[in-house]
Amino acid sequence: MANELSRRHVLGLGVAGCGAICLAPGLPRAAWALDVGQARGLIDDVVAEINRVISSGESEAAMLTQFEALFVRYADVPVIARSVLGPAGRQASPAQIAGFTTAFQGFISRRYGRRFREFIGGRIEVGDARAVKSYYEVITTAFLQGESPFEVRFHVSDKSGRLLFFNIIIEGVNMLASARTEIGAMLDRQGGNLDALIAELQST
Amino acid sequence: MAFSDVPLSAVRRCLTPLISVGLMCLAVAGCSAPPPPAVTPDPYEGRNRSVHGFNKTLDQTIVRPSAFGYGGVAPGPLRSGIQNISLNLGLPSDIVNSLLQARPGAALENTVRLAVNTTIGIGGVFDPATAMGIEGEPTGYGETLHVWGMAEGNYVEIPLVGPSNDRDALGLVMDIFLDPLRFTLPTAEANASTAIQILAGLGRRYRYSDTIDSILYDSADSYAQLKLLYLQNRRFQLGQTVENDADFVDPYEDPYGQ
Repeated sequence: MANELSRRHVLGLGVAGCGAICLAPGLPRAAWALDVGQARGLIDDVVAEINRVISSGESEAAMLTQFEALFVRYADVPVIARSVLGPAGRQASPAQIAGFTTAFQGFISRRYGRRFREFIGGRIEVGDARAVKSYYEVITTAFLQGESPFEVRFHVSDKSGRLLFFNIIIEGVNMLASARTEIGAMLDRQGGNLDALIAELQST
Repeated sequence: MAFSDVPLSAVRRCLTPLISVGLMCLAVAGCSAPPPPAVTPDPYEGRNRSVHGFNKTLDQTIVRPSAFGYGGVAPGPLRSGIQNISLNLGLPSDIVNSLLQARPGAALENTVRLAVNTTIGIGGVFDPATAMGIEGEPTGYGETLHVWGMAEGNYVEIPLVGPSNDRDALGLVMDIFLDPLRFTLPTAEANASTAIQILAGLGRRYRYSDTIDSILYDSADSYAQLKLLYLQNRRFQLGQTVENDADFVDPYEDPYGQ
Protein backbone atom coordinates (compact mmCIF):
# COMPACT_ATOMS: atom_id res chain seq x y z
CA MET A 1 0.00 0.00 0.00
CA ALA A 2 2.74 2.37 0.95
CA ASN A 3 4.42 1.50 -2.33
CA GLU A 4 1.32 2.29 -4.37
CA LEU A 5 0.98 5.57 -2.57
CA SER A 6 4.55 6.58 -3.24
CA ARG A 7 4.29 5.39 -6.83
CA ARG A 8 1.30 7.68 -7.26
CA HIS A 9 3.32 10.53 -5.76
CA VAL A 10 6.14 9.83 -8.15
CA LEU A 11 3.75 9.69 -11.08
CA GLY A 12 2.27 13.00 -10.00
CA LEU A 13 5.71 14.56 -9.77
CA GLY A 14 6.57 13.02 -13.13
CA VAL A 15 3.62 14.73 -14.78
CA ALA A 16 4.52 18.06 -13.20
CA GLY A 17 8.18 17.57 -14.11
CA CYS A 18 7.28 16.74 -17.70
CA GLY A 19 5.29 19.97 -17.87
CA ALA A 20 8.40 21.92 -16.96
CA ILE A 21 10.73 19.94 -19.19
CA CYS A 22 8.46 19.99 -22.21
CA LEU A 23 8.35 23.77 -21.98
CA ALA A 24 12.11 24.08 -21.66
CA PRO A 25 13.55 24.40 -25.15
CA GLY A 26 16.39 22.30 -26.50
CA LEU A 27 16.32 19.50 -23.92
CA PRO A 28 17.43 16.25 -25.52
CA ARG A 29 14.48 14.19 -24.33
CA ALA A 30 14.63 11.79 -27.25
CA ALA A 31 18.32 11.11 -26.60
CA TRP A 32 17.57 10.31 -22.93
CA ALA A 33 14.87 7.79 -23.88
CA LEU A 34 17.18 6.32 -26.47
CA ASP A 35 19.88 5.77 -23.84
CA VAL A 36 17.53 3.83 -21.57
CA GLY A 37 16.59 1.76 -24.59
CA GLN A 38 20.25 1.20 -25.43
CA ALA A 39 21.05 0.17 -21.85
CA ARG A 40 18.24 -2.36 -22.01
CA GLY A 41 19.52 -3.49 -25.42
CA LEU A 42 22.99 -4.15 -23.96
CA ILE A 43 21.52 -6.34 -21.23
CA ASP A 44 19.28 -8.06 -23.81
CA ASP A 45 22.50 -9.04 -25.61
CA VAL A 46 24.29 -10.11 -22.40
CA VAL A 47 21.33 -12.20 -21.27
CA ALA A 48 20.96 -13.81 -24.72
CA GLU A 49 24.68 -14.75 -24.59
CA ILE A 50 24.42 -16.11 -21.02
CA ASN A 51 21.31 -18.11 -21.93
CA ARG A 52 23.15 -19.47 -24.96
CA VAL A 53 26.16 -20.55 -22.86
CA ILE A 54 24.09 -22.18 -20.09
CA SER A 55 22.02 -24.15 -22.57
CA SER A 56 24.99 -25.16 -24.77
CA GLY A 57 25.73 -28.29 -22.75
CA GLU A 58 29.47 -27.65 -23.03
CA SER A 59 32.01 -28.68 -20.39
CA GLU A 60 32.38 -26.48 -17.32
CA ALA A 61 35.90 -25.42 -18.38
CA ALA A 62 34.59 -24.31 -21.80
CA MET A 63 31.76 -22.39 -20.13
CA LEU A 64 34.20 -20.62 -17.78
CA THR A 65 36.24 -19.42 -20.77
CA GLN A 66 33.08 -18.16 -22.45
CA PHE A 67 31.93 -16.36 -19.31
CA GLU A 68 35.28 -14.58 -19.06
CA ALA A 69 34.95 -13.49 -22.70
CA LEU A 70 31.40 -12.19 -22.03
CA PHE A 71 32.60 -10.35 -18.91
CA VAL A 72 35.37 -8.61 -20.88
CA ARG A 73 33.07 -7.76 -23.76
CA TYR A 74 30.05 -6.42 -21.87
CA ALA A 75 31.43 -5.19 -18.53
CA ASP A 76 33.65 -2.20 -17.82
CA VAL A 77 36.37 -4.40 -16.32
CA PRO A 78 39.05 -1.66 -15.82
CA VAL A 79 36.62 0.53 -13.85
CA ILE A 80 35.29 -2.44 -11.83
CA ALA A 81 38.84 -3.55 -11.00
CA ARG A 82 39.92 -0.05 -9.88
CA SER A 83 36.78 0.37 -7.77
CA VAL A 84 37.27 -3.04 -6.16
CA LEU A 85 40.90 -2.26 -5.37
CA GLY A 86 39.79 0.94 -3.64
CA PRO A 87 42.24 3.35 -2.00
CA ALA A 88 45.11 0.85 -2.41
CA GLY A 89 45.03 1.69 -6.11
CA ARG A 90 46.08 5.29 -5.48
CA GLN A 91 49.73 4.41 -4.78
CA ALA A 92 49.90 1.70 -7.44
CA SER A 93 51.89 2.09 -10.66
CA PRO A 94 50.07 1.88 -14.04
CA ALA A 95 51.76 -1.51 -14.59
CA GLN A 96 50.44 -2.80 -11.26
CA ILE A 97 46.93 -1.55 -12.10
CA ALA A 98 47.09 -3.31 -15.46
CA GLY A 99 48.38 -6.53 -13.84
CA PHE A 100 45.70 -6.39 -11.17
CA THR A 101 42.95 -5.80 -13.75
CA THR A 102 43.92 -8.88 -15.76
CA ALA A 103 44.37 -11.07 -12.67
CA PHE A 104 41.05 -9.85 -11.18
CA GLN A 105 39.21 -10.52 -14.44
CA GLY A 106 40.31 -14.16 -14.51
CA PHE A 107 39.70 -14.61 -10.77
CA ILE A 108 36.16 -13.23 -10.90
CA SER A 109 35.26 -15.25 -14.01
CA ARG A 110 36.41 -18.48 -12.35
CA ARG A 111 34.83 -17.69 -8.98
CA TYR A 112 31.40 -16.64 -10.30
CA GLY A 113 31.47 -18.64 -13.53
CA ARG A 114 31.43 -21.82 -11.44
CA ARG A 115 28.27 -20.55 -9.76
CA PHE A 116 26.59 -20.31 -13.16
CA ARG A 117 26.30 -24.10 -12.93
CA GLU A 118 23.17 -23.37 -10.91
CA PHE A 119 21.78 -21.59 -13.98
CA ILE A 120 21.92 -24.67 -16.21
CA GLY A 121 18.39 -25.41 -17.37
CA GLY A 122 17.26 -21.97 -16.27
CA ARG A 123 16.86 -18.64 -18.05
CA ILE A 124 16.97 -14.90 -17.47
CA GLU A 125 14.33 -12.47 -18.73
CA VAL A 126 14.91 -8.76 -19.22
CA GLY A 127 12.25 -6.43 -17.78
CA ASP A 128 12.24 -2.69 -17.16
CA ALA A 129 15.08 -0.22 -17.53
CA ARG A 130 15.35 3.25 -15.99
CA ALA A 131 17.80 6.07 -15.45
CA VAL A 132 19.13 6.26 -11.85
CA LYS A 133 21.47 8.97 -10.60
CA SER A 134 24.31 8.96 -13.14
CA TYR A 135 23.68 5.53 -14.71
CA TYR A 136 21.01 3.17 -16.01
CA GLU A 137 19.46 0.24 -14.18
CA VAL A 138 18.12 -2.74 -16.12
CA ILE A 139 15.92 -5.11 -14.09
CA THR A 140 15.92 -8.78 -15.03
CA THR A 141 14.36 -11.88 -13.52
CA ALA A 142 16.21 -15.17 -13.20
CA PHE A 143 14.18 -18.38 -13.46
CA LEU A 144 16.14 -21.32 -12.07
CA GLN A 145 14.91 -24.88 -12.03
CA GLY A 146 12.88 -25.59 -8.91
CA GLU A 147 13.41 -22.09 -7.51
CA SER A 148 11.16 -19.10 -7.08
CA PRO A 149 12.11 -16.45 -9.67
CA PHE A 150 14.49 -13.82 -8.32
CA GLU A 151 15.54 -10.34 -9.29
CA VAL A 152 18.89 -9.44 -10.86
CA ARG A 153 19.64 -5.79 -11.64
CA PHE A 154 22.41 -4.63 -13.98
CA HIS A 155 23.90 -1.16 -13.64
CA VAL A 156 24.96 0.23 -16.99
CA SER A 157 26.98 3.32 -17.86
CA ASP A 158 28.35 4.89 -21.04
CA LYS A 159 30.98 6.98 -19.24
CA SER A 160 33.79 4.82 -20.58
CA GLY A 161 32.76 5.93 -24.07
CA ARG A 162 30.87 2.68 -24.64
CA LEU A 163 27.74 1.31 -23.02
CA LEU A 164 28.95 -1.33 -20.52
CA PHE A 165 27.67 -2.75 -17.23
CA PHE A 166 29.66 -2.09 -14.05
CA ASN A 167 27.62 -3.74 -11.29
CA ILE A 168 25.11 -6.55 -10.72
CA ILE A 169 22.64 -6.50 -7.82
CA ILE A 170 21.21 -9.93 -7.00
CA GLU A 171 18.20 -9.70 -4.66
CA GLY A 172 19.64 -6.57 -3.13
CA VAL A 173 23.19 -7.93 -2.86
CA ASN A 174 25.66 -5.59 -4.54
CA MET A 175 28.36 -7.63 -6.32
CA LEU A 176 30.77 -4.69 -6.58
CA ALA A 177 30.59 -4.27 -2.77
CA SER A 178 30.98 -8.02 -2.30
CA ALA A 179 34.06 -8.14 -4.55
CA ARG A 180 35.49 -5.09 -2.76
CA THR A 181 35.11 -6.89 0.59
CA GLU A 182 36.76 -10.01 -0.80
CA ILE A 183 39.69 -8.26 -2.48
CA GLY A 184 40.17 -6.00 0.56
CA ALA A 185 40.43 -9.07 2.83
CA MET A 186 42.87 -10.77 0.45
CA LEU A 187 45.04 -7.64 0.30
CA ASP A 188 45.05 -7.40 4.12
CA ARG A 189 46.15 -11.02 4.29
CA GLN A 190 49.05 -10.16 1.98
CA GLY A 191 50.06 -7.32 4.30
CA GLY A 192 48.95 -4.75 1.73
CA ASN A 193 51.40 -6.03 -0.90
CA LEU A 194 49.67 -5.54 -4.25
CA ASP A 195 52.13 -7.71 -6.22
CA ALA A 196 51.53 -10.58 -3.79
CA LEU A 197 47.77 -10.08 -4.19
CA ILE A 198 48.12 -10.21 -8.01
CA ALA A 199 50.08 -13.46 -7.73
CA GLU A 200 47.43 -14.94 -5.41
CA LEU A 201 44.61 -13.93 -7.77
CA GLN A 202 46.40 -15.60 -10.68
CA SER A 203 46.75 -18.85 -8.77
CA THR A 204 43.24 -18.97 -7.21
CA MET B 1 -8.03 -2.43 4.44
CA ALA B 2 -10.67 -3.31 7.07
CA PHE B 3 -10.03 -6.45 9.00
CA SER B 4 -13.64 -7.51 8.38
CA ASP B 5 -12.47 -8.36 4.84
CA VAL B 6 -10.68 -11.35 6.33
CA PRO B 7 -13.07 -14.28 6.49
CA LEU B 8 -11.51 -15.77 9.58
CA SER B 9 -13.72 -14.74 12.43
CA ALA B 10 -12.32 -17.39 14.78
CA VAL B 11 -8.72 -16.46 14.16
CA ARG B 12 -9.68 -12.82 14.40
CA ARG B 13 -11.27 -13.30 17.83
CA CYS B 14 -8.10 -14.90 19.16
CA LEU B 15 -5.99 -12.17 17.66
CA THR B 16 -8.04 -9.14 18.61
CA PRO B 17 -5.78 -8.12 21.53
CA LEU B 18 -2.66 -8.44 19.40
CA ILE B 19 -4.23 -6.56 16.52
CA SER B 20 -5.23 -3.72 18.81
CA VAL B 21 -1.62 -3.36 19.80
CA GLY B 22 -0.68 -3.27 16.13
CA LEU B 23 -3.32 -0.66 15.32
CA MET B 24 -2.23 1.41 18.29
CA CYS B 25 1.26 1.37 16.90
CA LEU B 26 -0.11 2.32 13.48
CA ALA B 27 -1.91 5.27 15.00
CA VAL B 28 0.86 6.43 17.30
CA ALA B 29 4.07 5.81 15.44
CA GLY B 30 2.79 6.00 11.89
CA CYS B 31 4.53 2.66 11.59
CA SER B 32 7.45 3.56 9.48
CA ALA B 33 10.87 2.34 10.41
CA PRO B 34 13.54 5.00 10.02
CA PRO B 35 15.63 4.55 6.88
CA PRO B 36 18.52 2.22 7.68
CA PRO B 37 21.88 3.82 8.31
CA ALA B 38 24.47 3.71 5.53
CA VAL B 39 26.59 1.27 7.52
CA THR B 40 25.08 -1.14 10.03
CA PRO B 41 27.05 -0.76 13.26
CA ASP B 42 28.91 -3.84 14.46
CA PRO B 43 29.99 -3.02 18.02
CA TYR B 44 29.96 -6.74 18.95
CA GLU B 45 32.37 -7.61 16.13
CA GLY B 46 34.81 -9.43 18.42
CA ARG B 47 32.11 -11.63 19.91
CA ASN B 48 30.38 -11.98 16.52
CA ARG B 49 33.59 -13.25 14.97
CA SER B 50 33.98 -15.86 17.74
CA VAL B 51 30.39 -16.99 17.14
CA HIS B 52 31.11 -17.09 13.40
CA GLY B 53 34.10 -19.36 14.05
CA PHE B 54 31.92 -21.57 16.24
CA ASN B 55 29.18 -21.72 13.57
CA LYS B 56 31.71 -22.66 10.88
CA THR B 57 33.16 -25.43 13.06
CA LEU B 58 29.64 -26.66 13.79
CA ASP B 59 28.88 -26.64 10.07
CA GLN B 60 32.05 -28.50 9.16
CA THR B 61 31.74 -31.15 11.86
CA ILE B 62 27.98 -31.71 12.19
CA VAL B 63 25.62 -29.73 9.97
CA ARG B 64 27.29 -30.13 6.56
CA PRO B 65 28.06 -33.88 6.98
CA SER B 66 24.50 -34.49 8.26
CA ALA B 67 23.07 -32.51 5.36
CA PHE B 68 25.06 -34.58 2.84
CA GLY B 69 24.05 -37.78 4.68
CA TYR B 70 20.39 -36.72 4.48
CA GLY B 71 20.74 -35.60 0.86
CA GLY B 72 22.36 -38.93 -0.05
CA VAL B 73 19.72 -41.06 1.67
CA ALA B 74 16.49 -39.16 1.04
CA PRO B 75 15.48 -38.89 -2.62
CA GLY B 76 14.58 -35.48 -4.05
CA PRO B 77 10.78 -35.85 -3.85
CA LEU B 78 10.98 -36.86 -0.17
CA ARG B 79 13.21 -33.86 0.60
CA SER B 80 10.87 -31.49 -1.20
CA GLY B 81 7.89 -33.03 0.65
CA ILE B 82 9.64 -32.36 3.97
CA GLN B 83 10.44 -28.81 2.85
CA ASN B 84 6.78 -28.28 1.85
CA ILE B 85 5.52 -29.51 5.24
CA SER B 86 7.94 -27.21 7.01
CA LEU B 87 6.72 -24.22 4.98
CA ASN B 88 3.12 -25.22 5.62
CA LEU B 89 3.78 -25.39 9.37
CA GLY B 90 5.09 -21.83 9.16
CA LEU B 91 1.88 -20.47 7.61
CA PRO B 92 -0.16 -19.94 10.82
CA SER B 93 2.64 -17.70 12.08
CA ASP B 94 2.81 -15.98 8.66
CA ILE B 95 -0.94 -15.28 8.87
CA VAL B 96 -0.70 -13.81 12.38
CA ASN B 97 2.22 -11.62 11.34
CA SER B 98 0.53 -10.46 8.13
CA LEU B 99 -2.38 -9.29 10.30
CA LEU B 100 -0.07 -7.62 12.81
CA GLN B 101 1.52 -5.80 9.88
CA ALA B 102 -1.95 -4.64 8.75
CA ARG B 103 -1.57 -6.53 5.46
CA PRO B 104 -4.97 -8.24 5.08
CA GLY B 105 -4.18 -9.20 1.47
CA ALA B 106 -1.08 -11.13 2.54
CA ALA B 107 -3.00 -12.66 5.45
CA LEU B 108 -5.72 -13.81 3.09
CA GLU B 109 -3.20 -15.25 0.59
CA ASN B 110 -1.38 -17.13 3.37
CA THR B 111 -4.72 -18.41 4.71
CA VAL B 112 -5.87 -19.70 1.31
CA ARG B 113 -2.43 -21.27 0.84
CA LEU B 114 -2.67 -23.03 4.21
CA ALA B 115 -6.18 -24.29 3.37
CA VAL B 116 -5.24 -25.55 -0.11
CA ASN B 117 -1.94 -27.21 0.82
CA THR B 118 -3.27 -28.79 4.02
CA THR B 119 -6.26 -30.36 2.20
CA ILE B 120 -5.47 -30.91 -1.51
CA GLY B 121 -1.74 -30.99 -0.69
CA ILE B 122 -2.34 -33.80 1.86
CA GLY B 123 -1.17 -32.20 5.08
CA GLY B 124 1.28 -29.92 3.29
CA VAL B 125 3.39 -32.67 1.66
CA PHE B 126 2.58 -31.25 -1.78
CA ASP B 127 2.36 -27.63 -2.82
CA PRO B 128 -0.54 -27.29 -5.27
CA ALA B 129 -1.06 -23.68 -4.10
CA THR B 130 2.11 -22.46 -5.83
CA ALA B 131 0.99 -24.11 -9.07
CA MET B 132 -2.30 -22.18 -8.66
CA GLY B 133 -0.37 -18.94 -8.33
CA ILE B 134 -0.84 -18.69 -4.55
CA GLU B 135 2.80 -18.43 -3.59
CA GLY B 136 2.18 -16.95 -0.14
CA GLU B 137 3.95 -14.12 1.62
CA PRO B 138 6.47 -15.60 4.06
CA THR B 139 7.08 -13.27 6.97
CA GLY B 140 7.83 -13.27 10.68
CA TYR B 141 8.02 -11.18 13.81
CA GLY B 142 11.26 -9.57 12.61
CA GLU B 143 9.31 -8.01 9.72
CA THR B 144 6.41 -7.13 12.05
CA LEU B 145 8.81 -5.25 14.33
CA HIS B 146 10.16 -3.49 11.22
CA VAL B 147 6.64 -2.51 10.11
CA TRP B 148 5.95 -1.22 13.61
CA GLY B 149 8.90 1.13 13.28
CA MET B 150 11.77 -0.70 14.99
CA ALA B 151 15.19 -0.02 13.43
CA GLU B 152 17.48 -2.96 12.62
CA GLY B 153 20.02 -2.04 15.30
CA ASN B 154 23.44 -3.67 15.37
CA TYR B 155 24.67 -6.63 13.39
CA VAL B 156 24.75 -9.91 15.36
CA GLU B 157 25.76 -13.43 14.50
CA ILE B 158 23.76 -15.93 16.54
CA PRO B 159 25.11 -19.39 17.49
CA LEU B 160 23.42 -22.18 15.42
CA VAL B 161 21.34 -19.60 13.54
CA GLY B 162 23.84 -17.40 11.73
CA PRO B 163 23.68 -13.74 10.65
CA SER B 164 21.04 -11.43 12.10
CA ASN B 165 20.54 -8.00 13.61
CA ASP B 166 19.15 -6.80 16.95
CA ARG B 167 15.61 -6.48 15.60
CA ASP B 168 15.55 -9.81 13.76
CA ALA B 169 17.15 -11.58 16.74
CA LEU B 170 14.25 -10.39 18.90
CA GLY B 171 11.88 -11.39 16.07
CA LEU B 172 13.40 -14.87 16.06
CA VAL B 173 12.72 -15.32 19.79
CA MET B 174 9.12 -14.19 19.17
CA ASP B 175 8.86 -16.54 16.16
CA ILE B 176 9.74 -19.44 18.45
CA PHE B 177 7.65 -18.53 21.48
CA LEU B 178 4.65 -16.86 19.82
CA ASP B 179 4.15 -19.44 17.05
CA PRO B 180 0.39 -20.17 17.10
CA LEU B 181 1.15 -23.87 16.58
CA ARG B 182 2.92 -23.84 19.92
CA PHE B 183 -0.43 -23.26 21.64
CA THR B 184 -2.45 -25.66 19.53
CA LEU B 185 -0.32 -28.75 18.79
CA PRO B 186 -0.15 -31.62 21.32
CA THR B 187 3.36 -32.51 22.52
CA ALA B 188 3.91 -35.44 20.14
CA GLU B 189 2.90 -33.38 17.11
CA ALA B 190 4.97 -30.45 18.32
CA ASN B 191 8.04 -32.71 18.52
CA ALA B 192 7.32 -34.06 15.04
CA SER B 193 7.07 -30.48 13.84
CA THR B 194 10.50 -29.70 15.32
CA ALA B 195 11.98 -32.79 13.63
CA ILE B 196 10.49 -31.69 10.29
CA GLN B 197 12.02 -28.24 10.69
CA ILE B 198 15.46 -29.74 11.39
CA LEU B 199 15.28 -32.06 8.36
CA ALA B 200 14.07 -29.19 6.16
CA GLY B 201 17.03 -27.12 7.38
CA LEU B 202 19.44 -29.93 6.46
CA GLY B 203 17.70 -30.20 3.09
CA ARG B 204 18.33 -26.52 2.40
CA ARG B 205 21.97 -26.82 3.52
CA TYR B 206 22.31 -29.69 1.02
CA ARG B 207 20.48 -27.98 -1.82
CA TYR B 208 22.36 -24.70 -1.59
CA SER B 209 25.67 -26.32 -0.68
CA ASP B 210 27.58 -24.74 -3.63
CA THR B 211 26.57 -21.23 -2.63
CA ILE B 212 26.94 -21.74 1.13
CA ASP B 213 30.30 -23.52 0.78
CA SER B 214 31.63 -20.78 -1.47
CA ILE B 215 30.66 -18.06 1.04
CA LEU B 216 31.89 -19.92 4.13
CA TYR B 217 34.98 -21.71 2.82
CA ASP B 218 36.18 -19.87 -0.34
CA SER B 219 35.97 -16.29 0.97
CA ALA B 220 39.06 -14.53 2.24
CA ASP B 221 36.92 -13.13 5.09
CA SER B 222 33.76 -15.22 5.35
CA TYR B 223 32.52 -13.18 8.33
CA ALA B 224 32.57 -9.91 6.36
CA GLN B 225 31.14 -11.58 3.23
CA LEU B 226 28.24 -13.21 5.11
CA LYS B 227 27.47 -9.98 6.97
CA LEU B 228 27.32 -7.95 3.75
CA LEU B 229 25.16 -10.56 2.05
CA TYR B 230 22.73 -10.85 4.95
CA LEU B 231 22.29 -7.13 5.61
CA GLN B 232 21.80 -6.18 1.95
CA ASN B 233 19.46 -9.07 1.22
CA ARG B 234 17.42 -8.46 4.39
CA ARG B 235 16.90 -4.80 3.50
CA PHE B 236 15.88 -5.89 0.00
CA GLN B 237 13.31 -8.33 1.46
CA LEU B 238 11.83 -5.56 3.60
CA GLY B 239 11.73 -3.15 0.66
CA GLN B 240 14.04 -0.70 2.40
CA THR B 241 15.96 1.90 0.50
CA VAL B 242 19.13 3.17 2.03
CA GLU B 243 19.90 6.87 2.33
CA ASN B 244 23.45 7.53 1.18
CA ASP B 245 24.11 3.84 0.65
CA ALA B 246 27.74 3.23 1.57
CA ASP B 247 27.73 0.17 -0.66
CA PHE B 248 26.70 2.30 -3.59
CA VAL B 249 29.80 3.69 -5.14
CA ASP B 250 29.70 5.26 -8.54
CA PRO B 251 33.01 3.89 -9.82
CA TYR B 252 33.09 6.63 -12.45
CA GLU B 253 32.97 9.43 -9.87
CA ASP B 254 35.99 8.33 -7.83
CA PRO B 255 37.55 5.14 -9.12
CA TYR B 256 39.69 4.71 -6.03
CA GLY B 257 36.87 5.76 -3.70
CA GLN B 258 36.36 4.62 -0.10
